[in-house]
Amino acid sequence: MELIELKNICKTYYMGDIDVPVLKGITLSIGKGEFVALMGASGSGKSTLMNILGCLDHPTSGEYWLEQREISKVSADERANLRNHKIGFVFQNFNLLPRTSALENVMMPLSYTHEHVSDSEVKRRAEELMNRVGLGDRMHHEPSELSGGQQQRVAIARALINRPSVLFADEPTGNLDSKTSEEVLAMFKQLNVEEGITVIIVTHDPNVARHTQRQIHIHDGLIANGQTSQGGPQ
Amino acid sequence: MRLFRVMRILRTALRAIRKNPMRTALTMLGIIIGVGAVIAMMEIGTGSSDAIAKTIAKMGANTLLVLPGAATSGGIGFGAGSSMTLTPQDCDAIIRDCPAVKSAAPLVRARGQAVYQDRNWVPMSIYGTTENYLNVRDWTDMAEGEIFTDKDVRNSTKVCIIGQTIARELFQGSSPIGKEMRVLNISFKVVGVLSSKGANMMGMDQDDIILAPWTTIKFRVGASSSTSSSTTSSTTSTTSSPSQLYPNSQTSLYPVPSNTQAADNPQPARFTNVDQIVAAANSTVEIPQAINEITALLRERHRIRNPKDDDFNIRNMTEMTNALSSTTTLMTKLLLAVALISLIVGGVGIMNIMLVSVTERTREIGLRMAVGARAKDILRQFLIEAVVLCLAGGILGIILGCGGSYLITRFLRWPTETSVPAIVASVIVSASVGIVFGYYPAWKASRLDPIEALRYE
Repeated sequence: MELIELKNICKTYYMGDIDVPVLKGITLSIGKGEFVALMGASGSGKSTLMNILGCLDHPTSGEYWLEQREISKVSADERANLRNHKIGFVFQNFNLLPRTSALENVMMPLSYTHEHVSDSEVKRRAEELMNRVGLGDRMHHEPSELSGGQQQRVAIARALINRPSVLFADEPTGNLDSKTSEEVLAMFKQLNVEEGITVIIVTHDPNVARHTQRQIHIHDGLIANGQTSQGGPQ
Repeated sequence: MRLFRVMRILRTALRAIRKNPMRTALTMLGIIIGVGAVIAMMEIGTGSSDAIAKTIAKMGANTLLVLPGAATSGGIGFGAGSSMTLTPQDCDAIIRDCPAVKSAAPLVRARGQAVYQDRNWVPMSIYGTTENYLNVRDWTDMAEGEIFTDKDVRNSTKVCIIGQTIARELFQGSSPIGKEMRVLNISFKVVGVLSSKGANMMGMDQDDIILAPWTTIKFRVGASSSTSSSTTSSTTSTTSSPSQLYPNSQTSLYPVPSNTQAADNPQPARFTNVDQIVAAANSTVEIPQAINEITALLRERHRIRNPKDDDFNIRNMTEMTNALSSTTTLMTKLLLAVALISLIVGGVGIMNIMLVSVTERTREIGLRMAVGARAKDILRQFLIEAVVLCLAGGILGIILGCGGSYLITRFLRWPTETSVPAIVASVIVSASVGIVFGYYPAWKASRLDPIEALRYE
């Protein structure tokens, strides 16, 4: 069963009179439980593709099926709802709220969830996730009091709070030294293997991509290789 | 379901506000000073306009004059006040039955010479009245001595109180209290001296006055409007009464007692009238009501069915009342303008800071959108932040304003008055300032593109 299916996705930006085609017809499928690296040089269109995959943007044309639902044309509010329920984001620069405790950072996405989740349930889930990422003793620290690796783990916990079906990581190790990078990548791997969460890492670093099962290369708005699944999860 | 969302948004807003205490304080300062100024101004303003109202009321703005109607005889009118229909009982009834009337007093006028030792003087006014007259005129503070009492009125005691001018002209600095002076050849004991009131609006000296029990003036001095029967009283009238001048213009209301009867009865039954009744309304706004009440009462008492037949006139100080109310409205409008300006300035401050805050927190907004915040969630969050800021500022402003006006009363002794409507209005206005001036920044925040916002440095 495919989690994500893209059919001939195009994205063109209009800069005044000039049309800038960024994605020129991407067809791609990613199965449930895969661990994928989305690779490409800067300007290749991998960020744009990730924005579309992450429901932050909509394609100019083409179809995007997420969990058997065509979502390339849904409204902005519905996309927000999808991001809240189905997608978790981890960013290169962590994007934690400053002067806010790690625990509150993790709880934050739930305040935009439509369904009522009680305060105690929100807290319980956040604490559980903090323990999972190994920061059980750092819950009440603010981001400025945490190391880069710890901050990224808080961000991972935040991405997981609403039990998403897919986790997007945009250069998650870009701001980390090699040792902590390894730790963070190990955590993604662990989440993928133990929880069966689909993880898509966007990177230009082959050392990062090495950790994944499958690499998709983007070149000039088209997929260079890795278009089809190579056997799914192990 | 809705409540928990509201609570959560409120909590997020409070957290965001707490994160930057210095900026929050400075932002709120605009509103604090604005609202504080409004409250202090309103309280000082209300106090001052009350004081002005009281001062103008002291000049007689609340005073109503009830005059008897014009008498006519054979087509000849005698002018206002020439009929003799007002009685002291009318005055008592007005005090008793008209709730809008603060006080009322009958008035009997006389004119003549006052003599003390080798000095003489013709006072502008010699009034026979009751002690209520001073309540009506707001003139109860005496420079010296006391006011005559109801008992003096009942007994026609020969006592009087005098104004400052009389005290100066006749007594020349020595205390008049207890001295005997002669008014129209009747000896009066001075029991009190009124405080100075100065000239009235027409430039007439109000201190040139002698007040005595109306019974004394009426029956002992024999004022100008004495009735035919008053000639039979024990004192001799020094002025000629209209009944003597125009005998046929008067109908005798009671049978004139024979000389024997008069001799048997030193104080015979008399129909007594008074020249006018002065009344004071409780406040300027109650003047029309007071007029209506007195009119209805007098019609009933005088058995008048048709308003055309009214045998009395009521006059008020329209000019003064208008001046008073226009002063008050002008003052209120002025304060309102000042209030509005300071609140707008405060609101612009809020908008400014909220715009800065939106720019500064672009990444945060992008992140919130990425994790599932819809445009309207962001709009609501920033709007509520602005409203909370304004409301908190408003409440602090109210405390500041009340404290300020308290200090002003305390140390400068300006009159102030706590104005509840101003407080309620301030709360509402500061919340609306938050909504109005917070809307644009919040709208701007909600329009951000999450991708751009996340990339913002």
